[in-house]
This record gives sequence, structure tokens and C-alpha cells, in this order.
Amino acid sequence: MIKEYLNTDALPYCKGCGHDLIARNTTKALEKLNYDPLDVIMVTDIGCHGIIDKCLNTHTVHGLHGRSSALGAGISLGNENPDKKIIVFIGDGGTTIGLQHIMEASRLNINMTVVVHNNYLYGMTGGQTSGLTPPGFKTTTSYEGNPFTGYDICALSHTAGAAHTSRIMGVGDISDKLKKVLEVKGFSLVEVLEICPSYGVKLNPKRKLSEIVETAGKPLGEWVNDREQFNVHQGSKEKNLLEKVPVIKKVFNSYLKDPMALIVSGSAGEGVQLAAGLISKAAISSGLHVTQKGSYPVTVGVGFSTSEINLSPGKINFHGINVPDVVIITSADGLAHNLKKIEAMKGGKVFMDSSLEVPNTGAEVIRHDFRGLGARNASIFAVFYFALKTGVISTESIFQIIEEEGKGKKLPIAKIKDALSAL
Amino acid sequence: MQENKKGNRTLTDASRLIIESMARAGADSFIGYPITPANLLYQYGSQRMPLMLAAPDEITTLQWMAGLSATGKVPITATSFPGYALMIESVNMAYMMELPMVIILVQRLGPATGTATCGAQGDLSLLRGNISGGHPLPVIATSSFEDCWTLSAKAVETAIKLRTPVVLLTSKEEVMTSKSFDMASLPEIKKTEQKYYDLDCEGAYKSYKPTDMVPDFLPVTQNKHQVRINASTHNQLGLLQHSTPEAMDNTRRLEEKIKQKAFEYIQYELYEQQDAEKLVVAFGITAAAAKDAVAQLQQDGEKVSLLIPKTLVPVQDVYAEIMDSYNKVVVAEENINNQFSEMIYGIRKPAGHSFVGSLGKMITPQQIIEEVKA
Ligand SMILES: Cc1ncc(C[n+]2csc(CCOP(=O)(O)OP(=O)(O)O)c2C)c(N)n1
Ligand code: SF4
Ligand SMILES: [Mg+2]
Repeated sequence: MIKEYLNTDALPYCKGCGHDLIARNTTKALEKLNYDPLDVIMVTDIGCHGIIDKCLNTHTVHGLHGRSSALGAGISLGNENPDKKIIVFIGDGGTTIGLQHIMEASRLNINMTVVVHNNYLYGMTGGQTSGLTPPGFKTTTSYEGNPFTGYDICALSHTAGAAHTSRIMGVGDISDKLKKVLEVKGFSLVEVLEICPSYGVKLNPKRKLSEIVETAGKPLGEWVNDREQFNVHQGSKEKNLLEKVPVIKKVFNSYLKDPMALIVSGSAGEGVQLAAGLISKAAISSGLHVTQKGSYPVTVGVGFSTSEINLSPGKINFHGINVPDVVIITSADGLAHNLKKIEAMKGGKVFMDSSLEVPNTGAEVIRHDFRGLGARNASIFAVFYFALKTGVISTESIFQIIEEEGKGKKLPIAKIKDALSAL
Repeated sequence: MQENKKGNRTLTDASRLIIESMARAGADSFIGYPITPANLLYQYGSQRMPLMLAAPDEITTLQWMAGLSATGKVPITATSFPGYALMIESVNMAYMMELPMVIILVQRLGPATGTATCGAQGDLSLLRGNISGGHPLPVIATSSFEDCWTLSAKAVETAIKLRTPVVLLTSKEEVMTSKSFDMASLPEIKKTEQKYYDLDCEGAYKSYKPTDMVPDFLPVTQNKHQVRINASTHNQLGLLQHSTPEAMDNTRRLEEKIKQKAFEYIQYELYEQQDAEKLVVAFGITAAAAKDAVAQLQQDGEKVSLLIPKTLVPVQDVYAEIMDSYNKVVVAEENINNQFSEMIYGIRKPAGHSFVGSLGKMITPQQIIEEVKA
């Protein structure tokens, strides 16, 4: 079994690059922890730090710029073996573009370690300013010095809920510090401060890392949240989504010979969708084919509520309704929403509440007091009225569906029956 | 399967069928981010999938899915254009990494946020070209409730067998409309298993060494062989390369794999009428209108055939062959630029081809009938 973590001593960075020290100390820390290299999954970001893959004897996953902490989180979420170690190598650039992923993994306390290689600039693309560049630091895109302060990624991750965050200098032997970070159960993030000789040193000559760190104003240290690591709660799951959909037996008949396009419309909270569902299911129990779709404004609790229903003795393919055959309107909202369609009708029937103004239409308009049993029951009552007057489905079939679905208690069944028999 | 006798129907929506079908076919995780008109799928996904996670955005969604896939899970998600747009770089990543997953793309009216609650068929051109390099990403379109059952399973099967992300393309009107439906009529779905590399094999495992075009899989959670997963240009070992012949062969294989293998999974319906010289072509939601239109035309004595393409990408020769064999071809799709025809013929459509389009409204059978008779 391979125990070596690195398959070469020549790491692919420029001479003096801080990434070199981080890579060697990370593997050293893993060795101290006695991990088998193949129990370690190294997820690397796009940036100079990310070209380490080929030198590693661990599993390596090399994804997109900034997304490695989300990719690593996904691996952690799918991993069921607590003896695995998931490590993300990311730069200050990747941290900037992928901040959200670090925040989310911190918030959920996903079991993994993120090593932020903070060399204060985008190395791979030529030394530009990142979101972690300190004020005054010169980059190829701020020759005068960066006018802004950088993010405090440790504070952000800590306040988001990470089990452990720390900021350390990338100087000397840091393997014990990294070991401590790698031992954390839950989300740990370590920001290692370093410098890129090719751009950082060149553009900021004679400045020492320790002095740059001071101007950055972010303290070294460690911050702990005493939390349980994330566990995927599987919860109670349905074994079969089809099982609970009630099968509607055909026990009634319908005389309907041609397809009928029907619109039920009223105001939110007045039972429109429930009423439409009753028609649809009663129609199925009467041997008809049905399509049904609801529409309402995004603010579902106010304004109109509409349902479009197609009834047909044969299979329905196209389910759009341009000009309806029957419209049931129980409120002004419903009328306003369907006015154009009602005006376009050249025949058919419009059932509407007697309080509403009759629109200009070629349909036969039948008015009735649908709201008499209370606004909440307006649509339900109108549906019974429709059934009674058209005979497309029987009122009996609707009562049966109400009973089968146990909705009888919520509806004023006796009052509906009285009102129907008074017609 | 359901025990209900044939003829006794339920009232259900296609979102339910899609999720149940995918679960039976082998999908085991749902990562969700809400967006109309895909929310029903999210709801069912969270009820049904053994593993469900709410992502904070769609980039995270895809990245988590990729991570899960690298451990051997088969994740799915559902979204609409705004979410899919955010996913595209990560879809490319999963494509390059060869990680199976399915994205259910419920089309709505664009551009941009457009109209969330209005259906459309405007995303085909994007899907045809959304992998950098123009490599084909499998796109399968549903055109009926039955499809939502069988093709959802096909999408999972294709993803697993070809080790690739797959898009199941549908639209608002398809997944948010309830219908009377006989569930007893649904065919059984077989679970597709991943093809694992034999753990006892000696020697180095190569993450991208194909057997019959597709590499064998090993999860990053085993410790017998080193796994290298890479979204950058890479050789068979999974090591980053600039443009070595081996790496270019690998990239070429990604294209060939989909083109050759997806052929085994190609799906379309063709209803040929004898002596017909006219053909109606429609996919997705418009196929329903096309079926009604063709039935009516035939009743009126018109001779006309019907083609319903389902595997949209990789683009299939067979569609051009069928379409070329008719004098008059009417293609109907719910956009204003005839994306299906453009995908097959470019901007120069053959003589005799015409287009029925629509914006913000479903295409009606009547519109198709008029164009066929014109
Ligand atoms: C989405 C995206 N945008 C931009 C890039 C270009 N890019 C590659 S590496 C990089 C910056 C890397 O900087 P950092 O993360 O700090 O790593 P370093 O090179 O300094 O180690 C950028 C911007 C990319 N690969 N992807
Ligand atoms: S460019 Fe800078 S960050 Fe990149 S390897 Fe060279 S020294 Fe390191
Ligand atoms: Mg950097």
C-alpha cells in the first residue's frame, strides 16, 4: 500500500511560492494523522494552488474556479464512511467568486476542511486584485495599491456556523496547526497567509509578509463553534408516489358526447380550486376524460383564482382553452380575469353570480345567487348548480367525491342540499 | 404496479409521474432550488428521494450533485431557464468529469425571468449548444403523460449508461396540468445499475479509460484504486493536459460517446399515413396539439403523417431523412424562430417546409390544420 502522499519532490510552483509550503505541510499533517492516502479526497480549485493534483497519491477532484467547496460538500454529503477525509484547496480568488459555497458549507457544518491559500491576489491569471487583497497592496490591476479592505473569510465562515476556523501564517512548519484543523469533525476552514513571489513580491518589493498581514487588519487565531456536524436527515420517505393518489371508480354516467371546455373562476379563498377538483373527479367517476389546471396571481392569497377544465368522452391530447364552452363566475375578480374569453364566446353558457354585471357575450347567461351560502362556499355551490342545470355530471357524483375524500365536514352539505332542492 | 383495474382512473399531474419514474429507474437524490414551474417536481422529489437537500442557489445545486455523483449516487434536480443558466458551467463540468445526473428543465416564457407562469418551447437552441466545443448533451423531450413515465426512466438510464448529465426537457403546461390517467397502464420500470470497475483488477485504474466508449466507474469513497476526476482537459488517468494527443482523444470520445451510444436510446414516434405527402412535426407540449390536428385532418380526408421527435440532442439523421421524404412539412413549436428546424437544416429550410410558432400561448390544433391546408 502506498503511504507516500506526494509522488514527487518537485512541486509545480514558481520558486518560493507559498503554495509549496501549504502542500507539503498538509500532506505531512495527514501522515501524522495516519490516513491512508486513498482515504483522502482532495478537491482542488482552479488557480495555481490547484495544479497540485498530479503530485498527489490521494483521490483528486479538479473542478471549476470557485466551486470546489460546493463540489467537496457534495462529496461529503454522499460519503457514508466517517473514516474518509475531504479536503478542499482553494485560493483567495476562488474564495471571492465562490463565497456563497463556503458560507453554505459553514452554515450546514458539512464535514470537510477548506484550506484557503491566501496569497492576496489572483496568481494564475496574472496577479489581479481579489476580494481578500488588503488595502494598499499593489497588484497588476491596482498599481497604486488596493483602495479597499479584504473580506475576513474566517469571521464570515465562523459567524455562518463553521465548527472551526483559523488564520495562520504560511511560514515554517505548520503541519501541527493543519493537523488540528484536519481533525475537526464538521466544517473547518483554515486561511493560510502567504505571498506570490512572481506578482506579490515583484509589485510590493521590500515588503515583508508579516507587515502585509498587519496592514490587512485580520488577526491570526482560531474560532470555534461547538456544533454537531451535518448529518443527512433522510426523514420518512414515500416509497411510492402513485400509491396515495386515489383511484376513482367509474360508477356514474355522463351524456356528454363532445368535448367541453369549462372555466371556473372567482376570488382567492373562495374555494375555486377545490370546486374545480370536485368537478374533475366527479367527471372521472362518470367515465369522462379530464384535464385540469389552476391559475392565480403569484400572490396566491389575493385576487382571482381560476381553473381550466376539459371534459371529454374520449382521450384528451390538447388541453388549452381559447374560447370556453361553459364559464362559471362567482366574483368580480373572476369576471375581470375572464372577460375577454366570455366576450369571445359565440354560444355556450355563462353561470354567474347575480351581483355581477352581465358582459357582452354570445353565450347564454344564467345568473344566480352563488354567494348566498357565504363567500367561502360560492364556487362549491356554483359547481352543484352547474351540475344540476347542465346534467353533464350528476350532483350525486359530486356528493360522492366529497364523501370519499372526507371533505364533508368542512362543507355545509345540508345547506347545499336545501338550496339545491329549493331550485 | 398499481392494482387498480384498467379503466379506473386517477386525477394526477405529470410531475408526480416523472419523479416516481426516475426513482424507480435508479435516481436516489434530489437537490432542489425553487423555481416556477418546476416546484411540484421539487415537492415530489423531497417526498420520494432517499436523499434530499435544499441548495442555496443553482450553481451549488449542480456542484452538490456532481459531488454526490462522484460517490456513486444518481442525483436529479428540476429547474427552469433562469436556474439552468446558472448551472451551465457546472453542467459542462459534470459532462467533462463524466458524472451521471438528470436535470429536468421545465420551459417557461423568456427571455430572462420572462413570465414564470407561462409555458414556452424556447430553450432547444441553448441546449443544443450549451457544451463548449459544441459537443452534444443528451436532451430528451416528453410529449405526453406516458412519456413522462417512460422517458424519465430513459433519461436516468441514459445518464447512468453513458456517464453524462442528461436534460429531460418539458414545459409548464406539461408538468402543472392534472389529467385523468389510468396508472395501471404504466409499464414497469427497471432500475439501471452503474457499471463498476472490477475492484480486484490488478494495476492502475484509469478513471477515463473507456470500455466500449464509456469508462467504468469507481467512487472516490473506495480505497483500492486511485480515482482522478477532472473537468480540465485530461488524459485517461484524469491528469490535466494542455492538448496532448491522448487528451484530445479523450475529448473526442466525449462527443463520440454521446453520438454513438445515444443512438441506442433514440426515441421518436412516427405515424405514417399511406400515400401521405404532408408531414406534421412537433415535440413536447405541441405534440398534443399536433396529434389532434392530424386526427382532424385525416377525418377531413387529408393524407398526412405525424412525427414526434423525443431524443432532440444528439441531433438525429433520421429526422432529416423522414422530413426529406415529404413534399410539405409543417413544424410546430412554441417559439418564434423554429428552433427544431434550424437545428436540423440551419437557417435555410428546404422548400415546402413551413413553421407554426407562438409566443405566450399554446399552439392550437386549428393553427396546425390551417397551415397544413394552406
Ligand atoms: C468562472 C471563471 N472565471 C474566471 C476564471 C479565470 N481564473 C482562473 S484562475 C483564477 C484566479 C485564481 O486565483 P486564486 O484563486 O487566488 O488562486 P492562485 O492562482 O492565486 O493560487 C481565475 C480568475 C475561471 N477559470 N473561471
Ligand atoms: S504565479 Fe504566484 S501563486 Fe502562481 S505559482 Fe507562481 S508564485 Fe505561486
Ligand atoms: Mg491567490
